[in-house]
Order: sequence, then C-alpha cells, then structure tokens
Amino acid sequence: MSTQTVFKSDAPATPATAPRRRFRFGGEQAMFAYTWLIIAWLVLPIILMIIFGFNNPHGRYNQTWQGFTLKWYREVFSIGDLTSALVLSLVIAVVSALLAGALGTGIGYALGRYQFRGAGGLNFIMFTTISSPELIMGISLLTLFVSSGVGLGAVTITIAHVMFSISFVSTVVRARVITLDRSIEEAAADLGASPWTTFWKVTFPIILPAVFSGVLLAFALSIDDFVVTNFTAGTATTFPLWIWGATRVGLPPQVNVMGTLIFAAGILIAVITNLRSRAKTKQA
Amino acid sequence: MSTSPPHHAVTATSATGERTGHPAIEFVGVRKDYLSHGEAVPAVKSLDLAIAQGEFFSLLGPSGCGKTTTMRMIAGFEEPTTGKVYLDGSDVTNVSANKRDVNMVFQSYALFPHLNVLQNVSFGLERKRVGKSEIKRRVGEILEIVSLTGMEKRHPKEMSGGQQQRVALARALVNHPRALLLDEPLGALDLKLRQQMQIELKRIQREVGITFVYVTHDQGEALTMSDRIAVMNAGLIEQLGTPREIYEKPATRFVAGFIGTSNIVEGLISRVENGCAVLDLGQGERIVAPVPASVQAGRTVEVSVRPEKIDLHRTPPQATGSVLSGTVTEVVYHGTSTNYTVVTSAGSDFVVFDQNAHDAEDVASRGERVFLTWAPQHSYPIGV
Repeated sequence: MSTQTVFKSDAPATPATAPRRRFRFGGEQAMFAYTWLIIAWLVLPIILMIIFGFNNPHGRYNQTWQGFTLKWYREVFSIGDLTSALVLSLVIAVVSALLAGALGTGIGYALGRYQFRGAGGLNFIMFTTISSPELIMGISLLTLFVSSGVGLGAVTITIAHVMFSISFVSTVVRARVITLDRSIEEAAADLGASPWTTFWKVTFPIILPAVFSGVLLAFALSIDDFVVTNFTAGTATTFPLWIWGATRVGLPPQVNVMGTLIFAAGILIAVITNLRSRAKTKQA
Repeated sequence: MSTSPPHHAVTATSATGERTGHPAIEFVGVRKDYLSHGEAVPAVKSLDLAIAQGEFFSLLGPSGCGKTTTMRMIAGFEEPTTGKVYLDGSDVTNVSANKRDVNMVFQSYALFPHLNVLQNVSFGLERKRVGKSEIKRRVGEILEIVSLTGMEKRHPKEMSGGQQQRVALARALVNHPRALLLDEPLGALDLKLRQQMQIELKRIQREVGITFVYVTHDQGEALTMSDRIAVMNAGLIEQLGTPREIYEKPATRFVAGFIGTSNIVEGLISRVENGCAVLDLGQGERIVAPVPASVQAGRTVEVSVRPEKIDLHRTPPQATGSVLSGTVTEVVYHGTSTNYTVVTSAGSDFVVFDQNAHDAEDVASRGERVFLTWAPQHSYPIGV
C-alpha cells in the first residue's frame, strides 16, 4: 500500500514520535477504506436483493426500481409452487444437517481421537469430497441412483446433501477433538464413567460448539445447493431449482422477500452465537 | 477376580502399618512394552513393588524412566504386558479404569471445563449413584479440607492454577479412593506456591489417611514429602527406601547422582581395618569407608560422600577419617552456605558445602591449596 512509502520518505524529517503517528493515521485511513470496500463488495448484491423485495414492478421483470411497496411481504406465500419449494428445501436442509451432524461428529471424533487402520484413507476421502467439483459429484450420484434403480426425489436429494456435508462436519469436529486434552476423558473414566457416559457427559458438551457450527454449515450448504440437487431431484423442486426455472420467465419479488428472510435468519443465528460466546468469555 | 496375591507380597515392607493385611497397591513381575513402529519398546522392564496402606509413596526419576507408566498401570489406563497388579489384595490387572477404586490427579488437572467446581467434584459420586444429600455433605466436607468453600459456582477457567489444583485434588479425594495417584501435580505451579502445596498435600494426606502415590522428577519434593521413595531409571527401580536411606546410602551411582549432589571416588582397597576399607592414595591422603565383612582388600570400590559432610582446612589436618588435598577452582556464596569446587589428588572434582554458621569470611579462596576431611561413617560405598 502507498502509506508505507509515505512513511519512509517523511520519516527522517520529522521527530521520533511523529512518523509513527502519521503512519498510523495514514494506515488507518487506508485500512478503513479497504475494509469498507470489501464489505461493500460482499453485501452489495444482498442489499440489492433486499431492496428489490420492496419494489413495485409493473411487468414480469423485477429489475428496475419502480416504487416502494410492502405488498410482497403480505403476499410472500401467495405462489403455491414457490412456497412448497421453499418448504421442501427447509425440510431437506434440516434433515440432512442433522444426519450429517450425527454421522460427521462420529467420524470427526474417531479421526481426531484414535489411530486406526484406514484412518489416513478416511481422512483423505473427507478432503476429497470437500474439494471435488459439485458437477462431478452430481453426475456420479445420478449415475449411482439411476443404475441402482432408486427413484429420484426428496430422498435422493437428502442422501446427496448428507453425503457432501459429512466431510465439512467431520473436519470441523476433528479439528476440535485434536486440541482436546486427552486426560480430561481419562479423568472421567478414572472417576467411574463408562465410555458412553464419558462421551455424553464430558466429551460431547466440550465439542458441542464445533458440532453446532458443523451442523449450521451443513444446513447452509444444503438450503442453497443447486448443482448436486439438480442432478438428484427428479421431479422434486427445491427453492433454488424453482428460482432457476423462474429466471427465464421473470423472478417474482416474493423470491427476494424469501431470500431476505433466509438471510435475516442467518444473521440472527450469527448474532446470537456471537453474543453467547462473548458472554462466556466475559464470564471467564 | 479377587485372587490372592502370592504370599511373599503380603509380608512385603510396610512403612506405616497395615490395616487389612494387604498392601494397598502391589506389582508382581510387571513388564510394560509399548509398540513403536512395530517394535516393542520397554517402558517398565521389571517391577515388583508393594505400597503399604496409608503410605505417602513417591516414584522418582528422570523423564522416560517409567514412573508415569507405572502410575497409569495402577489407574488402569495401561495394561501390563506381563505380570499382575493388585489393589488391596485383589487382582485388577484386567479391570478397566472406570471400575478401579483409585483416583488420579492429572498433571494438567484435567478439570471438566464445562462444569463448575461443585459439578466437577460431584462427578465421581454421581457415577456411583450416591444420594443427593450424601453428595452435598461429602463435597462440602472435601471443599473445606482443600480450602475452596465458597467457590462452588466457579468454572475452572475462572480460577488460578493453585485453585484448579485443589479442585482436582478434591474431585479425586471426595470418592474416598483406596489410593490417590498424583502425576507431577505441582509441576505447573510457581516455586512459592509449589512449596505451599507440598506442605498442604502432606497435611491433607494425614487428614484423610489415604495412600498417596506421587510421581515426580523433583528430588527435593520427593525427599520432603514421602514416607518411601522408589528411584526409577530406564524402566527399573534403582533403589527403594526412606528419603534418609536414599539420600545417605545411595544404592547405585545413578541414585547418588540423581538425588542431591554426590562426590564419587573410585579406588583400590589397600586394606580393611575395624570394619572400614582404606583406600591409600599416598602422602597421607586416604579414603576411609565402612564396608561389610565380606569385602576384602584388593578390589575396587566407588565411594560416595555428600558435599555438606566434608570439612575444609588450610593446613594439613590430624584426622582419623578420609583426607584429600586439592586446589580450589570455584567459590560460590549461597547465603546459608558457601560452595567450593576443589580439584583433588584423587582425580575427581569435589564439591564442598560449607555452612556459613560461624565464619565471617570464606575458608579458602580460588587457587588456594586445601585439605578435605570427613568422618568414616560419611563415606558410603556404592553397591557393596
């Protein structure tokens, strides 16, 4: 950044303390601008989406601002297909996040805690599923489902979502388990707890924040997944699939409203989590 | 499950008396190998040991000597490769940790971070399905013993290291275990607190009357607190005895070097008179050490002498015991004593601690020629 050069050329001429202040001042300004630029970049599309939820378009296309209205919020569930697509997406997201949470926690705990035959391979597979392109995953899942004669629909979507979410959950949980002092579990055993009791009374409460973020991640991945879903859906229509179909004929503002609501829910969860962890650190 | 241990074990040494007739803890022919890259590496080579009821017993040694492995075999976290472990007379070799009636204080304390003091300390009793009112009574009692009354609602991370240490102690002791295992419990504390906790631990042990097994690499800690000490090295017990025995009569060169400071001279026995071996070094210099009757002239011995037993003289002394001469190479003032390093005619460097009780100034200065003397009973021949 240019501030560094300013500091260098000015430094010898000014008193010992001044250049530091000037540097910090200039650096602060630049940092400030830079930060807001990034934030704007990140949230501008979202803000636009929110704004157009309040637009009052006359034709099919909700692309130019034509006046403020709350109509779409009142009529958010008036398009039956869209509403059922959203409901299906929410159901799939909740179910797949919980399943991936349970399975991923088990795998993550095993990988973080024990050395076993095949641990390295399993770890490798986890990272492969994270890094492999969704398109490939979608095609191979479709092949798998079709060749094994499983009818495509909500169930196959859920299976697919659980499949790609597990790796994320297990990676997050594994990272937490690795840093967990092993003697804490030994202490529980020493005090008479069976392995089962040790896990539920000691290990699980300690790794719960990691499990929680893994589940949230799985939920977020599922609710807006398009590529894999598109291959595994059959005739089922999820929220992203419905939007994709609607783009050709013009998106109704209800989509913006629903997007806004999902975004708001995400923000709410983030804020609550943040406040809770802040309260915890304050307590400490 | 409760097979009786072999007879010899029951009559094993006991420092503080036996209540049940069985040692609190016993190892018979125990060996423990770890698998490392497909190879068996011994952590404990051969262990036969009986720890008496109510004893404060220390396992002392450098890191990697097998002391922690030994303790973990008592707790049930490790299973011996061969041999048997008995608790209070019953064979627990294959009993898992959660079913053994011993409790442990971990080096890292291993407190449950999500539970407060009360919940931490109650954990063991809840597992045993002790009644609520009984738990309350016992937890209250133990928190008083470790001086933590009023801190019940605190979480571990809101407490100092010393306080966490007490919680760990209370969490273990509240279960009235047959033995309490302490794995370098004071290692993380600063010196002042450590000394305080040493006294505190001793007091608590007297109060609860439970067998304490204490793992440490700190010889000072072991000497001040223990009824008996097992000095371990390379998977074997080098010496087992009271602190005084271990300090005054080190059985091996390792023990002599590991516990405190020792001066060790090796030499040929010139003659044996009045139960003492005399190592004549010429020019009136000699080392005199008491030896058993079996020891004859003509063999070599290693003689150890503690630095504080040696007297320093500027002029040739008229002594009946050992006499050595040498040159002072180092004088270090320590407040209560002055430490001299002397290069002696016997070939080795001697360290001498001279108490600053009477002398207003140093007995000798650097480069000066001095004479070292000590009484025959302060020489200790190693391993004879």
